[in-house]
Amino acid sequence: MTRYIVKRVLLMIPTLLSVAVLVFFLMRVVPGDIVELRFAGESSFAQKESLDKERARLGLDQPIWKQFASWMWGILRFDFGTSMWTGASILDEIRLRFALSLQLAIMATFIAVLLAIPLGVVAALKQDTWVDYVVRIFSIAGLATPSFWLGIMFILALLIVFHWLPPMVYTPFWQSPIQNLAQLIWPALAVGYRYSAVATRMTRSAMLEVLREDYIRTARAKGLWQQLILSRHALKNAMLPVLTVIALEFAFLMGGLVVTEQVFNLNGLGLLFVESVAHRDYTLTQALVLLVAFVFIFVNFMVDLAYAWIDPRIKFR
Amino acid sequence: MGTLLDVRSLTTHFVTSAGVVRAVEGVAWDVNAGETVALVGESGCGKSVSALSIMRLVQGPAGRIVDGTILFKGRDLLKLTEEEMRRVRGREIAMIFQEPMTSLNPVLTIGRQLTEGLEIHLGMTPAAARTRAAELLAMVGISDPARRLPQYPHQFSGGMRQRMMIAMALACDPALILADEPTTALDVTIQAQILELMKDLSRRLGVAMLIITHNLGVVARYADRVNVMYAGRIIERGTAREIYGNPRHPYTLGLLGSVPRLDEPRRERLAPIEGQPPDLTRLPPGCAFAPRCGYRVERCLVEVPPLRPLGDGGHVTACWEADRVGSASRGAAELRQATSATRRAVK
Repeated sequence: MTRYIVKRVLLMIPTLLSVAVLVFFLMRVVPGDIVELRFAGESSFAQKESLDKERARLGLDQPIWKQFASWMWGILRFDFGTSMWTGASILDEIRLRFALSLQLAIMATFIAVLLAIPLGVVAALKQDTWVDYVVRIFSIAGLATPSFWLGIMFILALLIVFHWLPPMVYTPFWQSPIQNLAQLIWPALAVGYRYSAVATRMTRSAMLEVLREDYIRTARAKGLWQQLILSRHALKNAMLPVLTVIALEFAFLMGGLVVTEQVFNLNGLGLLFVESVAHRDYTLTQALVLLVAFVFIFVNFMVDLAYAWIDPRIKFR
Repeated sequence: MGTLLDVRSLTTHFVTSAGVVRAVEGVAWDVNAGETVALVGESGCGKSVSALSIMRLVQGPAGRIVDGTILFKGRDLLKLTEEEMRRVRGREIAMIFQEPMTSLNPVLTIGRQLTEGLEIHLGMTPAAARTRAAELLAMVGISDPARRLPQYPHQFSGGMRQRMMIAMALACDPALILADEPTTALDVTIQAQILELMKDLSRRLGVAMLIITHNLGVVARYADRVNVMYAGRIIERGTAREIYGNPRHPYTLGLLGSVPRLDEPRRERLAPIEGQPPDLTRLPPGCAFAPRCGYRVERCLVEVPPLRPLGDGGHVTACWEADRVGSASRGAAELRQATSATRRAVK
């Protein structure tokens, strides 16, 4: 077990390294650099000298391999440098936004799981009855509805019905939990609904499959209660594919909520990501890509551990 | 000993897109307390569905018990509420399934799967149930049971899993065990062990057993009485001795002819029954076996033969030509005896 974990952690290194190489060079292949963009904003004519001076200040005049080496050296010391656009420390730039995105992702996951598992199980049990159809319509609607649109509808509904707007300024949870939740519950619901749709459908089909298994028939033949058959015998077996869907969706939420964040005026990672790419803020984009890649790898790792915990046939090697 | 289970005109249908599958069509049979009864027939003849019908575990909504009564200790199981039926399952009637590989839950420990029935039906405490579970494992011949309880099914071999299934079935001391092809998925050597174990335990504990099988060898050795099924109906019933020595239905005769026998000299080749079993959605109007039957007469194609008694030993058969089949089977048996005597003489 310990050996397996150590091995998996070590295997993260080559993956993250390839991601680092890829994003570093891709950023530099994209036409236009940060210096041009910044000066283009100030005036239509810029002195070549001032451009060069700015490039030298940011270290962009160095040979590319040298830039890469110094970036890597920084990462090894957990120093991601400063944002080329704002000049602020990248760790500071990311920290708050990461906390916000993480909280939103966790809340959305909670909502999705709370919706998806009961709905999926009920739909499977009542297959091809009106209950199943209602659940299917609910989840297909969830798949078809963009969460930012749903977010706008939430805001409108709150405004029209309750004459109330959720707070538009972010308050960290530890400062005022109520203020914090009052703001984040809406985007979490909007995102969680769409997210639950995928998980509901997965739960339903996994349950349908498991309920046809021989061991469920054995459990029935033993005279167990229906709830016990479901919770002990069926659900545990059906959870594996659902877990994968939930985990991947969670990782996606950590960097992929651009428009929804905009709708709710949230400074999350998604928005930061888009801005950093638009500014050709090399250092920030690179750090963000590495962070998201790490989240994906980490979540996958956790899923693998959970698999082995749920299904004893899966062995660590 | 009295009648424990009395099944009358049991009819189970499956509604499919291809039509109504008449899996079990008006079947009647019984099991006495402590007795071992066999239900024999080829795949798809309705024997497993009969057993599942008794447990009321036919997979709905397609499968439905359309008609019949299932009297168990005088109560009609088909009239019980779902909760009353749940209390019968595992407690009074237990079932052993065909596939030990897939019939145990892969994510629960052996101990968990053994103790849950004990806790629910007998109200045992977890600790008492664990002790009892270890005893049960020991009883079915699994060594070192205490170490085995926290293991998972995948750590058990096929034979051990079937032993575990037997232990699970015996757990709450039921009056009747339905064993659906209990040894089909196992190696031949293990098959014999498992059957011996079942026979021994059923005799020792006084449990009645219904063995469902397509293997007549199993029947000969372990069953007191035999029901032969074909296309959802019982076509012959009698003691194992009668069915073997004096088969009176052409299908039974055919089944016996297609099984290798170790107690007789080797025949040139086995004689399979020609043709295919009928489509259960479109049964012929007369005897379902008629299209494959060598004894067929005009009447077989238009009229379903009822089960008729032959003598008074409880031997019944559903064949219009039972007398002709009888003389032929006796002839065949005599011929076999004669040949084996000649061979012995030659040697």
